[in-house]
Amino acid sequence: MSESVAEVAGGHVKCVVWDLDNTVWDGILLEDSDVTLRPGVVEALRELDCRGILHSIASRNEHEAASAKLAELGILDYFLFPQINFGIKSQSIKAIAEAINIGIDTLAFIDDQPFELDEVRHAHPAVTCIDAAELPELVNMPCLKPRFITEDSALRRKLYQDNIRRVSAEESFEGPQEAFLETLEMRFTIARANEDDLQRAVELTERTHQLNTTGKTFDYDELDALRKSDRHMLFVNSLEDRYGTYGKIGLTLVEKKDDAWVICLLLMSCRVMSRGVGMIMIQHLAQQARATGVKLQAEFVETPRNRMMYVTYRFGGFEEVARDGDWSLLQLSEDRPVAFPEYVKVTVDE
Amino acid sequence: MSDSEVRQKVRDFLLKYVKDDELEDDDNIFELGYVNSLFAMQLVLFVEKDFGIAVGRDDLDFRNFNSVDAIVALIGKSGAKA
Repeated sequence: MSESVAEVAGGHVKCVVWDLDNTVWDGILLEDSDVTLRPGVVEALRELDCRGILHSIASRNEHEAASAKLAELGILDYFLFPQINFGIKSQSIKAIAEAINIGIDTLAFIDDQPFELDEVRHAHPAVTCIDAAELPELVNMPCLKPRFITEDSALRRKLYQDNIRRVSAEESFEGPQEAFLETLEMRFTIARANEDDLQRAVELTERTHQLNTTGKTFDYDELDALRKSDRHMLFVNSLEDRYGTYGKIGLTLVEKKDDAWVICLLLMSCRVMSRGVGMIMIQHLAQQARATGVKLQAEFVETPRNRMMYVTYRFGGFEEVARDGDWSLLQLSEDRPVAFPEYVKVTVDE
Repeated sequence: MSDSEVRQKVRDFLLKYVKDDELEDDDNIFELGYVNSLFAMQLVLFVEKDFGIAVGRDDLDFRNFNSVDAIVALIGKSGAKA
């Protein structure tokens, strides 16, 4: 809340998109199959990977030959959704952002050809374009330095790779969606935030835009104070399934007033966008509020990207009781039944 | 689009998600108490895209979406032409 815009913009890159010829390796693969890695590439891939920054590829090459070369060089596994084709690179960049489900403004693109950099810059002004000559300095660039590196950061690539397997299972599954969700054997955990969770919690407030009810951000000390406050409850959610863990994917802040609990912030990582778990935390709070004898209310701040959360509240039985511009206050109807979905096992650690 | 075409289209959509081959037009599809928020969003987008209407914040009420009848009424109220 107290940080400047420049600091927030600092570590905003979530994925680096690499050209191959004369960027990842010296030489042009179509002309010479004996290309060698440029010095520093492996080190940069590994370092950024540890920081939770993803890698992808936009290269004009033959897909199979280039993939085989990347495998031979031992770096194929670093790249998610590589776009190796003869199309224009701005298109590849767009495809990568959509496949990973992150904003295009969180991509960086590194290439040795001024034409390619210009083409991408022209089509997507928000993409950070980097000349391959700057490779030695890459890991020191502020845009590639996230403010926090958490356990979840280092796992990020694996999380996406697990998800690619999930999606492929989902695409080949025939039948109702809930039946597919049952096959995932999901386990959703609700716990009060402890000190170890706070860095990840800060990161979630900064990185999550779509599944975020109010967009409020907090720094570490603010969250630590809220965690200890008698007037507040701070929850962290995690999710795992048969393919692996999604890590800590949810954060909820509740203010306890005398006659009502107010959900000031409820967010879920876009990792769990299609998992059907968005309502679980709300249902849990509804049960607890009912047992305590208080009303359950929720603040909502509308943005161009968070409509799904409004729909989640309204379909969960919340009615608007006040509105002022983008802000509104919702309240759960007294008569609304609450239940957890059958396809998820919910564990409450309190 | 005629009323019966609208109704059929809504039924066809819901039957992809609801595990009930004998879905009646007034059955409450949310009666178990749990509404999958993903399904809710898909339902809203289906109504908007396939019938060319915008569902405003005031109409985003689960009661406007909880049965075939309710959804058909919402579409009728919004004057869908598509």
